[in-house]
Amino acid sequence: MQFDSFSTFLDMGGYGFFVWLSYGVSITALALLVFSSLSSHKKIKQQIVQRQKRETKLRQAAEQQKAQAQPSAEQSS
Amino acid sequence: MMWKWLHPYANPETSYHFAGKILPWCSRLAFIFLSIGIVWALLFAPADYQQGDTFRIFYLHVPAAMLSMGIYLGMAIAALSSLVWQLKLADASAAAMAPIGATFTFIALVTGAAWGKPMWGTWWIWDARLTSELILLFLYLGVIALHNAFEDKSLAGKAAGILALVGVINLPVIKYSVEWWNTLHQGATVSKIGQPSMTADMFWPFLICFIGFSLLVTALICVRFRTEILNRNSMRPWVRELVMQEENTHAV
Repeated sequence: MQFDSFSTFLDMGGYGFFVWLSYGVSITALALLVFSSLSSHKKIKQQIVQRQKRETKLRQAAEQQKAQAQPSAEQSS
Repeated sequence: MMWKWLHPYANPETSYHFAGKILPWCSRLAFIFLSIGIVWALLFAPADYQQGDTFRIFYLHVPAAMLSMGIYLGMAIAALSSLVWQLKLADASAAAMAPIGATFTFIALVTGAAWGKPMWGTWWIWDARLTSELILLFLYLGVIALHNAFEDKSLAGKAAGILALVGVINLPVIKYSVEWWNTLHQGATVSKIGQPSMTADMFWPFLICFIGFSLLVTALICVRFRTEILNRNSMRPWVRELVMQEENTHAV
């Protein structure tokens, strides 16, 4: 251990501001990168799921329409 | 021979699952190495006899700078193989690497400025090493912008790939700038051939930090590479099945 107390640790031999600025900015930048990488991975999956759900809904609607159209066609004949 | 071995990895589905398999190991190891390395660097490594405790910035600055160049080299190799052999996956990996490299370049520049202010008396100076590293940041930003500029991903990959390849010329300039020009920046400490010119109690925390950051980069490349694969293959049956399966297991 290079430091006697917590305050000398924070002080960093008088260079505290520069050392903590470096560590702070680096950790923040990396945390943002990790967060944005994970969230864009989740987002693309959700987009693909949404599109498939929309497709199945459209398909079901088309089938229903067809099913409704056919009996009426039989009645009229 | 090599092509036979590489062939299954040219399949996006295989690569997606391969990246998914190594991802948890890389992220766990990165966490362990970085925790040990940073605690060591901040608390246990000795202060430099000339630079005092500002030397603790070294443990972030040098790994970030080395990785900013290493990632660029990887991205340029991926861009070359995409342009020459039309490997779509190489495009995806180049697109995955660009934002990670840009972040590490940014970290190298900021930590360098915060180290320069107390040691040289200035945050910034337009000398060879600093200017060429700033150009590296702009190259990364250009590559990212080109990847996002076109709806057609293969066209975007081509444009970004050409820029990445042209920018390779900047790498030797950064590496040798401290020898070619008179500069405030100090010469190489770690990457010298033979013995690094530093004591063991400074070298070990550096090495552990460097390995930790490299593992973090690998883990991040895996995540972003998987995202790029999904984005480029979103209409393929295997992707559709995979995301629906995951959606259902999460819903339950």
